[in-house]
Amino acid sequence: MAEANLSRRERPLSPHIQIYKWTLPFLMSGFHRVTGFVLYFGFALIAWWLIAAASGPSAYANVQWFYGTWIGRLVLLGYTWALIHHTIGGLRHLIWDTGRGLKDREIDWLARATIGGSIVLTLLVAVVSYLVMGGGR
Amino acid sequence: MANDTSPMHNPPTPARYYASAHGGTQTFWHQRITSVAGVPLTVAFIAIVVALLGRNHAAIVQVLGSPLVAIVVILFVATIAYHMWIGMQEIIVDYVHGPVAKYLALFGNMFFCSVVGLASIYAVLKLSSGV
Repeated sequence: MAEANLSRRERPLSPHIQIYKWTLPFLMSGFHRVTGFVLYFGFALIAWWLIAAASGPSAYANVQWFYGTWIGRLVLLGYTWALIHHTIGGLRHLIWDTGRGLKDREIDWLARATIGGSIVLTLLVAVVSYLVMGGGR
Repeated sequence: MANDTSPMHNPPTPARYYASAHGGTQTFWHQRITSVAGVPLTVAFIAIVVALLGRNHAAIVQVLGSPLVAIVVILFVATIAYHMWIGMQEIIVDYVHGPVAKYLALFGNMFFCSVVGLASIYAVLKLSSGV
């Protein structure tokens, strides 16, 4: 009985993330999780688009109206960036899974490449989208 | 060995009931498989969406219902829905500790991913069948 009580005694807790200095790899790790979390709920927007297309012209017109508004476009831009950032960040994790790229300088370089690459590719998608839409009519 | 199980049990026994002894790395491995598959599928999906921007409903139905595009979109949705389920489960077990809240969140995660994934796949199949 004494031993059972001992095992339920308050244990010291290890310090949580708030005590650490905010370094770039630390922020990137958080970013990967946050973008994944946002993309999760944003997937409902993709489902809405596909279901509306399957439902018919009037349902599809509603989706098209929403994605044509400024808020809709901002949501699409943000979602595209989160998706590309999470994808490149995932590639980074896959490289790490092979045991490569784990030196301090490499981690730093990969973090910068992820941020820079995701912004450049998102802008590229935005520009191509603008052109596809006929110059934003 | 002083523990609250029978003295006939060897030390790992008390730990044995807290998790499966068969699939410890399976979730980790599936997360990797779905992320590898997700890369080309995500690129393809973004290209499909951009190509369809601003097109009218008839064009959308024609393109999304064509076999190659439909297959890519279905693979994308299935891969991502499974990837999302694993990822959110990881977040839930990290942050949600109350026994009721944790199971509600885990159930909700399963329901959300299933509904969003299956509804999307149904929509693409319906477009493909031309009904």
